[in-house]
Amino acid sequence: MTNEGVNKSKRQFLTSALTVVGAVGTGFIAVPFLSQMQPSAKAMAAGAPVDVDLTKMEPGQLIRVAWRGKPVWVLNRTPDVLETLTTLTDKLADPLSNESLQPDYCKNEFRAIKPEIFLAVGLCTHLGCSPTFRPEIAPPDLGNDWKGGFFCPCHGSWFDLAGRVYKGVPAPTNLEIPPHKYVKDTLIMVGEDNEEARA
Amino acid sequence: MKNRIGQCTDWFLSRFPLVKLWNEHMAHYYAPKNFNIWYFFGSLALFVLVNQFVTGIMLTINYKPDAKLAFDSVEYIMRDVNWGWLVRYMHSTGASAFFIIVYLHMFRGVIYGSYKHPRELIWIFGMLIFVALMAEAFMGYLLPWGQMSYWGAQVIISLFSAIPVIGDDLSLWIRGDYVIADATLNRFFAFHVIAVPLVLLILVFLHIVALHEVGSNNPDGIEIKESKDPFGVPVDGIPFHPYYTVKDIVGIGVFLFFFATVIFYMPEMGGYFLEHANFIPADPLKTPEHIAPVWYFTPFYAILRAVPDKFAGVIAMGGAIVVLFLLPWLDRCKVKSIRYRGGIYKKAVLLFVISFIGLGYLGTQPATPGATLVARILTVIYFGFFLLMPLYTRWEKTKPVPTRLTHQPSLEERLPGWIEFFNEVFPQTPVKDSHGNTVMKRRPDRTAMINALIRFAKKLKESLD
Repeated sequence: MTNEGVNKSKRQFLTSALTVVGAVGTGFIAVPFLSQMQPSAKAMAAGAPVDVDLTKMEPGQLIRVAWRGKPVWVLNRTPDVLETLTTLTDKLADPLSNESLQPDYCKNEFRAIKPEIFLAVGLCTHLGCSPTFRPEIAPPDLGNDWKGGFFCPCHGSWFDLAGRVYKGVPAPTNLEIPPHKYVKDTLIMVGEDNEEARA
Repeated sequence: MKNRIGQCTDWFLSRFPLVKLWNEHMAHYYAPKNFNIWYFFGSLALFVLVNQFVTGIMLTINYKPDAKLAFDSVEYIMRDVNWGWLVRYMHSTGASAFFIIVYLHMFRGVIYGSYKHPRELIWIFGMLIFVALMAEAFMGYLLPWGQMSYWGAQVIISLFSAIPVIGDDLSLWIRGDYVIADATLNRFFAFHVIAVPLVLLILVFLHIVALHEVGSNNPDGIEIKESKDPFGVPVDGIPFHPYYTVKDIVGIGVFLFFFATVIFYMPEMGGYFLEHANFIPADPLKTPEHIAPVWYFTPFYAILRAVPDKFAGVIAMGGAIVVLFLLPWLDRCKVKSIRYRGGIYKKAVLLFVISFIGLGYLGTQPATPGATLVARILTVIYFGFFLLMPLYTRWEKTKPVPTRLTHQPSLEERLPGWIEFFNEVFPQTPVKDSHGNTVMKRRPDRTAMINALIRFAKKLKESLD
């Protein structure tokens, strides 16, 4: 074979054109491949609201329910606890919940519709462990600054009993509060609220 | 008959360069003749890789990558499958053994300067193997679907959500669901069994090809290719086969002794190789009281925990690995082996080892305020070792490097010294036995022990200068 009479610019053009077409084709096929790893239609559909019955709850009791595979806490707070919560402002990173995720009707000091019933997603905003419920005041392992709250054993983040994060811990924001509503006085529906109905 | 075999061989060899490959990588690959114990870990890593492949394939035969079935299928392997317990323990112990070997292999590179010119690329490939290995181990740990599997994966995948802007979508894409779920388990199975092992194989191939191109480093850190005999063979080199193939088999024998001991007598290694909480099925509503990653991730995990900010913590943890990639360019000293390097580097390496082991220990412990403080100090030392390296390696007062490999005393030559030491510390002393007779028995001698300790301390100080 001889290289004489080769039209080099034509060869170069064809090579470049093929490269471009190949790259575009690769880009197109990458979309379904990457998109396949997104949550499937089935996973997105699973997320039905969950009912929580409050009739049997004792003062100070915490119950856990599963909503969309996540733990949701429902805590019955005593007046003592509510009083302690008002004294913590200067130790908290975001006492007014400006940075955190919660419905507007929970963006208040107690982060709840009714102050005595607190409801939150029980996953640390740091790396997603489920913090432990430590209502006792000043236990030996947590020290005298502990006024009762949620302690994340994974990385040592502190939250008060309104799910508000303390200063100087790894967790960046307060615990998330899911949309919820009172169906009646003793029944909460998690995952649905009246906001959307109004809008 | 013999003729027939010869014909078949000729037919094959004229179509495949087997002889050429064999000579290039085995019979005529010249390795320095002074390899010491640190040089076993490369071939051992390859051996353990084969172990993981074989046992891994056996496990997939009975394992079910389904959130409802996974935990039970592992127990089924452990209890009902013939020899299933052995294969599973070989795989789980093999994972930990792999990391022990790889950490020692990397440390060898650090002390003998194996990452330096012209071996930077070998180091880069090696680091990529390390990263792939961490991904492989992490995804494999989810498969038993125990409490630690679940919450460990939850924490590690949440690390990605700390990345600004794309973080939340990225972690959702990795999980394939809003929480760790069946979708996550199924895809991790695919990655653990197919994708990452393939990448590992390719990287190991590249690592070895790059090594055989430039040749092995050695404990003296001298290029043996610089002194060659008239035939072009390095005078300080010996053919890899049979010398090092045979030597490595001895290494594998010793390794198997320890490996088998763990498999048969302590497969969980007190909760370090297989964590206790992982014998409880995954419960998405409850994190175990104390969660810690498997031991080989704990140094990096301790760094993550030491930083009191989510994003900065993730950056520090990632940075602790990235900084290792940069090692060839951070070290400005021309001398490779620690034998001829300055005291400041030896002290830095000692501090680095202390910080790495210390962080590894703290990563297994609960995050108390005291432990966090120590972890912060050790994190500073860890990064100081790397980031200050361009400065302190420049001031280093190195020792003269020989042009040929030096002779180190062999085991036989060291033996008389050890016997003498034993006689000194445990001298024959007259003791009265139960019948009142005086007999000679070996008893520890206090002053000799103190003397030996002082000598050891002096030697240590000397060797750090």
